[in-house]
Amino acid sequence: MTLQIQQLHHSFGEKKILSDVSFTVENGEFVSILGPSGSGKSTLFHLIGGILKPEQGNILLNNRDITNQSGHMSYMPQSPSLFPWRTVLQNAMLGSELAGIADEAKAIDLLQKANLGEMIQAYPSQLSGGMKQRVAFVRALLSPQPLICLDEPFSALDSFTKKEMQQWLLKTWEAYDKSILFITHDIEEALFLSDHVIILSTNPATVKASIKVPFKRPRDEQLFLSEEFLHWKRKVVEALKE
Amino acid sequence: MKIKSLWKPALALLIAIALWELATKLFQIEVWLLPAPSTIAQEMVIVFPAFLPHMLATIKLVLVGFSSAIVLGIIVATLLHIFPTAREIVMPFLIISQNIPTIVLAPLFMIWFGLGDFPKYLIIAMTAFFPITIATLDGFGQTNRDLMHYMQMMGATKKQTFFKLQLPDAVPSIFSGIKIAATYSVMTAVVAEWLGAQKGIGVFMTLSASSYRTSRVFVAIVVTIILSLAFFGLFLALEKWFTRWKRNEGAQ
Repeated sequence: MTLQIQQLHHSFGEKKILSDVSFTVENGEFVSILGPSGSGKSTLFHLIGGILKPEQGNILLNNRDITNQSGHMSYMPQSPSLFPWRTVLQNAMLGSELAGIADEAKAIDLLQKANLGEMIQAYPSQLSGGMKQRVAFVRALLSPQPLICLDEPFSALDSFTKKEMQQWLLKTWEAYDKSILFITHDIEEALFLSDHVIILSTNPATVKASIKVPFKRPRDEQLFLSEEFLHWKRKVVEALKE
Repeated sequence: MKIKSLWKPALALLIAIALWELATKLFQIEVWLLPAPSTIAQEMVIVFPAFLPHMLATIKLVLVGFSSAIVLGIIVATLLHIFPTAREIVMPFLIISQNIPTIVLAPLFMIWFGLGDFPKYLIIAMTAFFPITIATLDGFGQTNRDLMHYMQMMGATKKQTFFKLQLPDAVPSIFSGIKIAATYSVMTAVVAEWLGAQKGIGVFMTLSASSYRTSRVFVAIVVTIILSLAFFGLFLALEKWFTRWKRNEGAQ
């Protein structure tokens, strides 16, 4: 799987949102898009998701043009967006169900690994915020698409839950052969999770810098405290200021 | 609605019945004018075997008529939702159809469709489907945006979006329409029976009224009320079951 974003331009009315955005996500790669709120990150996702048509530019998946076509990526939105009338298990299977390949045994297995084994028959209203996000990620993981797009999934969580979720996400993802495109405005989060960090500027959004993150996997929370981590954090902050 | 909160209205009702009983005794009101509650109760016991077939006829009428109203209401709402142009064209006529009084409509239907059960089913369905259609359409129009967004991003087809999201999301709205319609569907059935039927609470009522057997009229009224309440309760219970996922909402 290779996702290529080529010279995307987009505006809403007079306001230019994206200007000449290009980058690539390789197979099995974790790429973060880092930028302040309102920098057009979500618009970028809507374009990749195919529910918006860019003014200019192309989106290629495995060298095939998928511009303005939906259904090529799996998606985890900012709010968990679980269906309240579906049980945890039914929610987890929704993405694969839409693709016509629901696999209950696999869903139960993944939910158990996510520490949700006792909750599979519960409804979303009975879950905590972190649990809901775990179900939403399992749902995205069970969808057959090789690319998962995550739109600031942890921004509404408290900082403790957030750290926990980041580590859980990495551990879960490392066992799968999926690529991730991750939107965030949190520098530490981007560095901790990614292989590549793409830094966006605002008004309109353009790619300021693309930083390759050298930390080895598997990563754990010790990384946050290392000298190396601070060094790279400084680099990102400088790149953002430019 | 909690069972516990029902004791206040129940007490008020008991007091009202007691006052009524007292008044009929005190002022010696004629039985054909206003029978005492105790007389009505006695009459009910006596007349019940003869009344039962009438009651069953009405129950059957309501069940068939109302279930067709639910199916019709949801189907019409779905069609009007899928075809917005049809919605614009049909809506005014739907509203007009609700402004024709049952009492006028019933004899017309009898003329067109005969004295069988069909015209009566039609009357119940026609009056009951409207609130269901409106409430269902409302529900379709208020689909949760986040969930809709998820479906779009995942490339769900229109059919998937409707059956997996819009329809289940509209269930609480559909039930509010059903509950409104359920409250007066028993009454509609009774009115429809006034105008031509062999059996039914409405028939029993007209026969009793024309022979000044007022206590029997009251028996019919009491049973109509009980049936309406039972019917409403049935849909309340169904609603609870269908929206059981709501139970813990806001409990975190």
